[in-house]
Order: sequence, then structure tokens, then C-alpha cells
Amino acid sequence: MTEENRIDIERLTTLARIELEGSERVKIIDSLDEILDYFKTLSGVDVGGVEESAHAFPLYNVLRDDKVGPVFSAEDALLNAPEQRDNQFVVPKIVE
Amino acid sequence: MDDEIFFKSAQRLSAMLDRREISSVELAKAVIERAKQIDSKIGAFLSFDEAKTLREAEESDARRKKGRPLSVLDGIPVSLKDLIAEKGQPLTCGSKILENFVSPYDATVTERLRAAGCVLWGRLNMDEFAMGSSNENSAYKPVANPWNIGCVPGGSSGGSAAAVAAGETILSLGSDTGGSIRQPAAFCGICGLKPSYGAVSRYGLVAFASSLDQIGPMGRSVEDVASLFQVMAGIDKKDSSSFPFRKPNYLAGLSKFSSLKRLGVPKEYFQGGLDSEVRKALENAIEFYRSAGHEIVEVSLEMTKYVMPAYYIIATAEASSNLARFDGIRYGFRSKATSNAIDIYFKTRGEGFGEEVKRRIMLGTYVLSNENFDSYYRHAQKVRTLIRNDFMRVLGEVNAIIAPTTPTVAFEFGKKKFDPLQMYLCDIFTVQANMVGTCGISIPCGMSSTNLPIGMQILGKPFKEHEILSLAYEFESAHGCKNLHPKI
Repeated sequence: MTEENRIDIERLTTLARIELEGSERVKIIDSLDEILDYFKTLSGVDVGGVEESAHAFPLYNVLRDDKVGPVFSAEDALLNAPEQRDNQFVVPKIVE
Repeated sequence: MDDEIFFKSAQRLSAMLDRREISSVELAKAVIERAKQIDSKIGAFLSFDEAKTLREAEESDARRKKGRPLSVLDGIPVSLKDLIAEKGQPLTCGSKILENFVSPYDATVTERLRAAGCVLWGRLNMDEFAMGSSNENSAYKPVANPWNIGCVPGGSSGGSAAAVAAGETILSLGSDTGGSIRQPAAFCGICGLKPSYGAVSRYGLVAFASSLDQIGPMGRSVEDVASLFQVMAGIDKKDSSSFPFRKPNYLAGLSKFSSLKRLGVPKEYFQGGLDSEVRKALENAIEFYRSAGHEIVEVSLEMTKYVMPAYYIIATAEASSNLARFDGIRYGFRSKATSNAIDIYFKTRGEGFGEEVKRRIMLGTYVLSNENFDSYYRHAQKVRTLIRNDFMRVLGEVNAIIAPTTPTVAFEFGKKKFDPLQMYLCDIFTVQANMVGTCGISIPCGMSSTNLPIGMQILGKPFKEHEILSLAYEFESAHGCKNLHPKI
């Protein structure tokens, strides 16, 4: 597939930390090519000297007072944990 | 049928509650019964907690009994899209990755609805993580259009629109990142307001694209939408993008504003690809405003053809970043297929996310990756500046813009599901408001020959929601579209 040549799908799935398998993998690769082609429409726009817009309206450095407010209890924070023990998240072993 | 309690407007019901012609518990029971009867056909609800809803209704009745309602909406059922946090209730975002998630806190909008006495009723179906325009991307079940159950309700707030249209609730909240309130509102024949960016707090809204997302009200009349917006809007210190603006009385102002305005009709929105019946309905609506004395001028939004690609670059980039948090470690689904620390991310996300969400994360990852960042993402952000300048130039010449909400009426299931790019183009008239950060409303403006609703969009200046609400109200008052209900 030409898409495989253009898009380094292995690198992309590694960056995104997503396993793609079977027919879904094929469908997504195919559609990425078409959509990225569509994105190319923008290459004709002259943006020389134009500033980037990251937000709709200019709001800078919105800070709150440096006071401790209400915080989550460990119990609340662990409410949706896939696995927990002794008030902590249980995760796979990451050091040998 | 039209006299059924569940099809009455919130304003009417509020007056009935005041006069003790009905209790909030009776009202809650009416929508609960309605949902139980028909939701197997519609699929608008992902879950509901009947006992909790009835408790809230009882509390409202007690307040009214003491003559102390908290607002005009005290005792009125409002349903939330399943990506807005309600403490103790499920929050799935229409995704398997959050299948068993329970909200540990209230979103700011949820707190505000409670403070207004609203009765929170059910969790509404949606496209997974708000990514989609047909609600076919829900990991749980599709939503059917109440006007024709063979057609989609639009998306991503498909459940929010269908539940209101079908009388399964009185009011609902949706979210709009590229049209996700207005497009389903148009398809289901109801009103939906996308507020200006920063008008409504995003605290407790699960993020899709943070610079574009807004929560907004949906209802069967402009008055209902205005009254719900009144209690939701306003600055919130928990959302640093919340914008300080003057909040007028939207409901009281409905009949005041719209006296003789200059209204722009963008010629680019009426070129090829627009369905002939949608075009005709819009031309009639424009003629209505003209004959009411408004000045109609043709305007040109020169950047129109660049809005969609720029939107999808920015939205997918932000989504790929926002959705990195779903990793199976602290909350949500965790794959059992491996115990390896790194594989657990790959497997959890591979099994937990649906195809469209994966597609958008991949797109976002691509446009943000080192070698593509400048040519895609940074370039799109510069184009966004030009889009904004173009739009604000036009809004310097007119008070508001009248446009179709969607190029076509609701389409059949499966028609676009397998062609992602065609699905993206459903939002071609709505993404502009999100890219600019301004407000837009969709209201019904006619029916097709196939008996499906047609939506009109009114786009206004940032934080001038009262102006577009008034213009919408003027049209609605003359046409009575709010009295049309689907037969299910």
C-alpha cells in the first residue's frame, strides 16, 4: 500500500500508544491517507507574517490566590482506579 | 399528543408548577414513563437513576410549597450528555474505556443547575468522546432520529437532541466542538445554542478539543434555551478560559433586541452541495426577516473552504493530547491481556477506544509529530487567525449571520459511517463558530418533503447571545415550529 510508504504507521502507533490490529488497522491507514490529502488544501494559504491563534480570546496568566482549597480525599481519587491497595494505585512492575 | 405534559415547554411547565396544577414529581414521572415507553426505539439514554431523579423532584416540590423556588427552572427535568460530570452518576463519554466510571464531583454547570433547582434526569447517549456527526460512534448503541427512526439524529449530542425532540426530557445539555449541539438540533427539529467560547465553564466537561469545546443548552423553544443558558453561563474560577462578560437577562430580553438589524447571508454557504429543500427553507426564512424590516446583505466569508481542514488539524491535535490521559492506570478500563508496564498502555487504548477515536488520535499525533508540526499544526493555527479576521471583518459590517445549519436533512444509518471524510463534511457550516469562538444557534425553519426537520443557524458576535436568541425568537414566534412534534 502506498499509504504505508507515506505514513510510518509503526512510529505513529508508538507515539500514540495505541495498538491497531486487523481490519481496523487497514481501515484507519486507508482513511488517514485521504484525510491528510484533504488537509493539504491549506498549503495554498499564504500565512506570511500571520500570528498563530491557539485560543479564541486573549486571556493570559489566569491565576488563583495561592491558598489551599478543597482537595480530593485519597478515597475519592481512588474511586475509579482499575486496581488499588492500601490507598494507592496498583500498577505493573516497572523496575526489575 | 401536543397536550402531553412531556411536550410542554419549560416556561409553561414552570407556570403550572407555580399554580400547583402539576407537581415536579408528576412531571418527572411523566418523562420517566415516556422514556421507558419509547427509548428502546430511540436509544437516547445510556443510563438513568430513577429514584435519585424522583428525590430531586420531591425536594423541588417542597421548595415550591414553601413559596421558595430557586429559579423559573426549579422542578424542571434537565438531562445531561454523558460527558458532563454529575457526582455519583456514570460518565462514559459513550466509550468502553470509561464503562464503569462514576463521577467523583459535579461539573460547574451541574452545580449551577442544582442551584437553580433543576431535576437532573438521566445520562444521554453520544458519539464516543464527542467525535462524530451521526451518533453511530457510540460504543453502546446508536440513537435514532425521533422523526424517522431509520435516520440518524446527528451528533455528537445525538442523545441530547433526540431525548428533547421525543419528549423523553424537557431540556438537555450538549457540548459543541465543531457543531455537536447545532447539527443534531437541526436534524431533530429542536433549538440548540453553542455559546461563545468562555461563556460557560468547561470544568467537569470531559475535554475533546479544549480551545473549541463549549457546553450549551438544548430545548424545544428559544425561550427554553434562553432560560437554561441564563442559569449555566457566567465566569468560573475553576476554568481559566472562562471569560468575564456582561450577562443580561436573556429571557426578558427576547422580544426587545431584534428591532431592525443588518443581517448577513454568506454567499459561500449557498453554493453547491446545499440540498435544494434546505436552500428553499433558508430563502424563505431570509425573506421573513426582510419583510419584517431587517436589512439583508450578501456577505463573503472568503476563508470558508479552509475552515474544515484547519479545524480537523487543530481538533485532532488537541484530542490526541487530551486523550493521552486514558491510559488504564488511574481510572477507567485497564486491559487484562498483559501485565507488562508499557504494553498495558497499547492494549488498554487499543481495546478501550473505538475506531473513530483511534483515527483522530492518530491524525492528531501525525500533525503534532516533529517533522509535521510546522507544516500542519502551526500552519493551521495561522490559518485560524485568518479565519477569525475574515469572520470578524464580516461581523463588523452586519449584526448577525443567517445560514443553514447543515447541508442536508438527517440521513439514513450507514450512509456516511464508512466514509470518515464525508462524515466530517456534515459540520461544514458549523465549525466556523468554534474556530472563531463566537456564538451560534440552530432553530427549526421548516420540514422537508420526507418530513424531516430543516435547521437555520444564526451566528452572532462573541458574547452577544442575547442578539441571536432574539432573532431566533422573532422567527419562532411567527412560525410556530416549536409546536411540531414527531409521532413515535
